[in-house]
Amino acid sequence: MIAELGLIALWLAFALAFLQFTASLFSLKDNRLDLIKLIKAVAIMQGILCMTSFLILILLFLKTDLSVLLVAKNSHLDKPWIFKFAGTWGNHEGSMLLWVSVMAMSGSAIAFFEKRLDERSYIATLMVQAFVSIGFYAFLIFSSNPFERLSPAPIEGAGLNPLLQDIGLAFHPPTLYLGYVGLSIAFSFAIGGLISGQINSALARAMRPWVLLSWIFLTLGIAAGSYWAYYELGWGGWWFWDPVENASLMPWIAATALLHSIAVMATRDALRSWTIILALVGFAMSMAGTFLVRSGILTSVHAFAVDPERGAFILGLMVINISGALILYALRMNQVKQGKIFQITSREGSIVANNIILVSILAIVFMGTLFPLFAEGLADEKISVGPPYFNKATLPFVFLLMILLWAGPLLRWRKDNLGRIGKKTLVSAVIAVAILVITIILSPQTPIFSTIALALAAALAVASFMPLIGRNLLRTPMPVYAMVVAHFGIAVSAFGMAAESGYSTQLLRSVEIGETSEIAGWDVKLSNVSPSIGENWVAMQAQLSVSKTKERNPKAVILNPEQRLFFKPQQETSEAALMTRWNGQLYAVLGKQNDDGRWQIRLWWKPFVTFIWYGGVIIALGGLLALLGRIKRRKTKSSKAITGGRYA
Amino acid sequence: MKPKHQRLLLALLAVAGLIAATLIAISALSDEASYFYTPTTLEKEEVKPGQAIRLGGQVKVGSINIADDGVTTNFIVQDSGAEQDVIFKGVTPNLFVEGSGVVADGRLDDNGLFVADNLLAKHDENYVPRELQDVDLNNRDTLEKSVVQ
Repeated sequence: MIAELGLIALWLAFALAFLQFTASLFSLKDNRLDLIKLIKAVAIMQGILCMTSFLILILLFLKTDLSVLLVAKNSHLDKPWIFKFAGTWGNHEGSMLLWVSVMAMSGSAIAFFEKRLDERSYIATLMVQAFVSIGFYAFLIFSSNPFERLSPAPIEGAGLNPLLQDIGLAFHPPTLYLGYVGLSIAFSFAIGGLISGQINSALARAMRPWVLLSWIFLTLGIAAGSYWAYYELGWGGWWFWDPVENASLMPWIAATALLHSIAVMATRDALRSWTIILALVGFAMSMAGTFLVRSGILTSVHAFAVDPERGAFILGLMVINISGALILYALRMNQVKQGKIFQITSREGSIVANNIILVSILAIVFMGTLFPLFAEGLADEKISVGPPYFNKATLPFVFLLMILLWAGPLLRWRKDNLGRIGKKTLVSAVIAVAILVITIILSPQTPIFSTIALALAAALAVASFMPLIGRNLLRTPMPVYAMVVAHFGIAVSAFGMAAESGYSTQLLRSVEIGETSEIAGWDVKLSNVSPSIGENWVAMQAQLSVSKTKERNPKAVILNPEQRLFFKPQQETSEAALMTRWNGQLYAVLGKQNDDGRWQIRLWWKPFVTFIWYGGVIIALGGLLALLGRIKRRKTKSSKAITGGRYA
Repeated sequence: MKPKHQRLLLALLAVAGLIAATLIAISALSDEASYFYTPTTLEKEEVKPGQAIRLGGQVKVGSINIADDGVTTNFIVQDSGAEQDVIFKGVTPNLFVEGSGVVADGRLDDNGLFVADNLLAKHDENYVPRELQDVDLNNRDTLEKSVVQ
């Protein structure tokens, strides 16, 4: 019965989305702006109903209602409750329902909170939002119904892929989805603006919080996903250029570019058409990401959905939305007036450079990710494109971007000359060259890319604070701090990547119980290997006691890497153990037992590897500051607005 | 500068950036994309030692041999028509057993030995490495026969 209620709520939301779309279309066509109240109410109800449907699905998973096909296929009674809960979106149907719910709730939020847009743009935005939603509702109801019944109900469920039975699952996909959906909202605003013909700084200001929010979630989602893959897969790597990882990286790159250009559009009223096209690209990338992950077209560590029909459906939605948007863009763009002009050496100029570099990186990642699919589809040639391609092709652009970061934030709006900021930029350049030379002399065997990255990161760490020099720190606006923090985060993350890729040491050997191995100044002794048991698995667990090599009375830390065997479904996984110090991590994996009784162990010392994710969090914090800064500013502005104009 | 000109200039810059990215991507793809081979196609086509490729097939029964260091594994990958010697240093995947399907990332050394950096074994019932899906289907009968012999 509960499952039917969920399905009814979903159908009702679907119907309301139709109503929202037609009412908006009618109101725009016949200039019936009095319909605005109806449209607003419908948009809010649509969000609430869709969310209800999702909450009902969560309830079904918590109860492990095995008469529901989805629950029976993906859950099991013996699972800890948190994984039952998170398991709701650990499968295709549930995750799509999560996506649509968040999108519908965002629609409600626009309907409820958005007060800056003119009425026509407001209605057009909600119309586009409804249009996009309709496609996703149809997709859910007709090809991925999460509430489908199973009769007779089985006695037990099939269980959840053990790789996904991790607290990471509870947070990683929803975070990314929030990011994807945020870009769909930016898309609705952009198309709404094209329809109403109001492409101006007011539109950019209405759009910006959504872009910021989306970007913050994407940043956190990617960082969390990277850490999850790092400790869960037991391969010691933190980024594999796996197509599914790329599927989340591509929208992030587009959102990063959009975030910068929208700042120009909101404050300087320039880069209008450019910002609109970036909003389209951003949403196209989210849809492409969804398509890649959800269609099962890729085989990778993340691919747990295989169904060509669904892939075709998402592809169809993507083609309709994006080609429709591009046609509208082509028809309307020559009516959009050119924004304010600027010189090349200016803040705007540097942001254009930032955008062009980011879009170039996006293109490289996009081509590398899709090339194998095209090669297989067109030439029946099986090709894989891995880290060597992506590193080689993207790193030069990334380095260029980091150098641009020394100077760009120091430039003034509209026009400036390089001489004014010469000294400050020179400091960064000197730091970079000095570190480059010293590192090459001291450790010539380090890969050159790591050395360059290290030098650029160190210079950027200093350069990121330069915009604060000469400012009254108390009167410095929040957005400046936000920029400084986010750029510093990039330096921190890049430092971690450079250190890990250039200076990690690893040891792979087969040891007897009681034998000690030495790695990077640590003694690692295999004290014992014993069986252990969990709620739905058994394991062989190693006891590694780790201590500093040179200390007299070393205090040992115990690490317990495991080889786990899960029951439902039956699958073996390797659980790595980590010891974190401020300057790095010791990463230990237990391998197999050889016939002679020895155990394979694999150890890594990864200097400053944690900085990669600290950096990610700092970057997201920068985004949060920017968002808070906007809200604070809007409050002070709206109190002024009583006397001044609407957009004073 | 006239407004129209600025928009044109920006568009041209963006196009130039994209063209540069595309050229770099194409050049890097031609160097770094690794092609998939089975032992049979590897035998037929000339592959330079050191070039990154992927090799897929079935682990020949009785061919897995672990060296004295306990971490180096030698084995043979076979398909219906040929065999290829492979060496791998590392912890083999859990589902890597005799007779299982495997895809190895790596390169040939000067002596024709395939040095694998990474092994992908059949993950579970629902997961087969993409490249192996066709291979297994096309050659299942012959593979099983050759195993029996």
